Amino acid sequence: MTNSPLTPGITAGRLPEESYAAQFSDLHPVLDDHEALVAADRCYFCHDAPCMTACPTSIDVPLFIRQIMTGTPEAAAKTIFDQNILGGMCARVCPTETLCEEVCVREIAEGKPVEIGRLQRYATDALMAKGVHPYTRAEATGKTVAVVGAGPAGLAAAHRLAMKGHDVVMFDARPKSGGLNEYGIASYKAPDGYAQKEVDWLMQIGGITVETGKKLGDGLTLDGLKADYDAVFLAIGLAGVNALRAEGEDADGVLDAVDFISELRQAEDLSKLPVGRNVVVIGGGMTAVDAAVQAKLLGAQNVSMVYRRGRARMAASAFEQDLAASKGVQIFYNAAPVAVYGDGAVEEVEFEYTSEEGGSLKGTGETFRLPADQVFKAIGQTLDGAPEGIEITGGKIAVDAVGRTSIAGVWAGGDCASGGEDLTVTAVSEGRDAAEDIHAKLMEG
Amino acid sequence: MADLTSTFCGITSPNPFWLASAPPTDKEYNVRRAFEAGWGGVVWKTLGEEGPPVVNVNGPRYGAIHGADRRLLGLNNIELITDRPLEVNLEEMTRVKKDYPDRALIASVMVPCDADSWKNIIPRIAETGCDGFELNFGCPHGMAERGMGSAVGQVPEYIEMVTRWCKEATDLPVIVKLTPNITNVLYPAEAALRGGADAVSLINTINSITSVNLDAFSPEPMIDGKGTHGGYCGPAVKPIAMNMVAEIARNPATANLPISGIGGVTTWRDAAEFMALGAGNVQVCTAVMTYGFKIVEEMISGLSQYLDEKEMALADLVGKATPNVTDWQYLNLNHVTKAVINQDDCINCGRCYAACEDTSHQAIEMSPDRTFTVKDDECVACNLCVNVCPIEGCITMKTLEKGEMDERTGKPVGDYANWTTHPNNVAAVSAE
Repeated sequence: MTNSPLTPGITAGRLPEESYAAQFSDLHPVLDDHEALVAADRCYFCHDAPCMTACPTSIDVPLFIRQIMTGTPEAAAKTIFDQNILGGMCARVCPTETLCEEVCVREIAEGKPVEIGRLQRYATDALMAKGVHPYTRAEATGKTVAVVGAGPAGLAAAHRLAMKGHDVVMFDARPKSGGLNEYGIASYKAPDGYAQKEVDWLMQIGGITVETGKKLGDGLTLDGLKADYDAVFLAIGLAGVNALRAEGEDADGVLDAVDFISELRQAEDLSKLPVGRNVVVIGGGMTAVDAAVQAKLLGAQNVSMVYRRGRARMAASAFEQDLAASKGVQIFYNAAPVAVYGDGAVEEVEFEYTSEEGGSLKGTGETFRLPADQVFKAIGQTLDGAPEGIEITGGKIAVDAVGRTSIAGVWAGGDCASGGEDLTVTAVSEGRDAAEDIHAKLMEG
Repeated sequence: MADLTSTFCGITSPNPFWLASAPPTDKEYNVRRAFEAGWGGVVWKTLGEEGPPVVNVNGPRYGAIHGADRRLLGLNNIELITDRPLEVNLEEMTRVKKDYPDRALIASVMVPCDADSWKNIIPRIAETGCDGFELNFGCPHGMAERGMGSAVGQVPEYIEMVTRWCKEATDLPVIVKLTPNITNVLYPAEAALRGGADAVSLINTINSITSVNLDAFSPEPMIDGKGTHGGYCGPAVKPIAMNMVAEIARNPATANLPISGIGGVTTWRDAAEFMALGAGNVQVCTAVMTYGFKIVEEMISGLSQYLDEKEMALADLVGKATPNVTDWQYLNLNHVTKAVINQDDCINCGRCYAACEDTSHQAIEMSPDRTFTVKDDECVACNLCVNVCPIEGCITMKTLEKGEMDERTGKPVGDYANWTTHPNNVAAVSAE
């Protein structure tokens, strides 16, 4: 092994082989029993708790924390799963600092919220470690539902529908279920194959058949699904990626951040995964942070994250930005890509400083260049492959409050659907609520 | 720094903080370290008869009640009196007293209830140079089954009799330690006084079962699958102890009887409260068993600062609150207060709302943006919101001035008037 962070170009094995496991270990390891009790003790059991209101899935946080405090973490987990069947993953990936923990009264009182996310993980891990699945299916209804997309929204819908007694077939284009949980989240947030373990645990409900390698327009049509199933739930995510609109962006080494993250998540041996010496990530969301931090963890010498607007506008939370900074990622604000330079492969990226006036972004004329062997684009994903004739609003499938689309018998949820933030927890909530509405509709007779 | 020198029933110590008769005062090693740490006095762990000493269980001796963050709030024990030979204890006491002449060294004693037993042992113990005696009529477990401890303390006639025997056997001060496991503490206190006691100390521990093992179905501490009631102490018993201290202090017959206050004293503030209610000094046990001897430094600095701020001598603190301990019937029914929530301090947890709405007088309003305000026309000033609020000082009680309108009753606040003259009281004393 002779490579190091200083090795020019894009190469694998920049770090000693034994160091990768530590680099990509659990960002927040599970609390031990003592830590959990101390953390749980801090909960005030608020009336009409703000944390519960802030949770897109409305988990009864004070109740589950009280259940932990009284020595019944399994009951706590049940409280969580009742509202959010992917409560284990959400405990790992939720930006709690902008949701439940942001409004925790102890955040107001002391600037230090109850560690709700970690307590949720403690509880859900405790129950899952026992290998039990606390739900059973209702009597079979004889109804069938197609769920397109096996990400968080699809899984949540499928589970709820199966529980109600319907037979579910869940399709996904990728070889594994899990969607972004499996392919799109930084590996240190859900190490040790957690996404698949969670899917396997969820599937214990029964009544869900998974068919991978199938997507709308490639083996599936909406008309076909409508004809074969009593209801259809679309949870196809955002498969398209925005272009940089910078000159020379076709150069080698300019990649989509989501592909890099996905490749990293699926890599069997991280020491074999190539990464540049100088990496530039363009974008300001969670995907940008996940790509930048992981590039750094893989051994890139210099990783820059460049966002066209100011810090306050950045979609990645302050916590995520601090995480990136703590790992050695340099963040540039107010700079937009202008051109990518290089002879075949990228060598430099030129940026122009920007200023925001009345909401519109303008170039200041001042530019700078960053050396780059690798550029990851993380400037947002777009809806791709939505069925024809379905109403689209703001670039997403238009849905009402319970997930109904413009086409009768077709519901949608998750990132592909309008409304809500593009978060795992929001997708779970939308999948769950659509499933409830589908169930109500199917049982009308 | 205020002078904390304390004189309690003729016994002087550099401060009013004594260690109670208990495991911390079981032997020379501990007591020397306690004195080095700054404790003003020590009541040596209870001495028994000469001969084979008692034996203790060899399983757990303590059970506990915890508050948030596993703070020890209550401790119970099934330990007996000293399980070391009398001779060894006497030798150690003699050495310690010789080396620490300025500290109070009190011998706690418990022997069978006959005159010879007491009259023989008291002079022998006096030879150690100890400053006084404390008669253990309090232990509720183990020894009581053998006719000692609280078995004596529950019979006023026995208290009086044994106290008299001891007073006949020594010129040193005799303190009678009282058990709280009775109906009215005045009976044993008055009995001690009749017997010639120089002081009483209270409370000893309370009969208790702290927890039940829900797998083995036995009380804890569990000894081979069985448990027994133990003596309860610690911060949880402080309110019970303080009431008993106050009852003795405000009872005309016992008003001049010195009291050594015991029961959950953990901080200087606890000590000051006991003393304000009439205790001449305090004894501490659970707090040192939880945190070690060092806490006395905080107790000394805290009480000194308090006395300095109040420009008060230690002796003047004793009984300062006693005159204000009264019967319910004399409380001013025209004293009207209303809860006030300080919105700047409020963290919007809503506990006051839940408490008031679910269990009290529906006197707190919650707005859609989670602002909590008191409805003066419903508030009976019960103080529950103050007590459940996690932020100290966020909710306070505002006193309405005389003549101000009480929105709940629709009447202006009137002059002092209590139950004895209230029209609803069929036994009301005529105002004529």
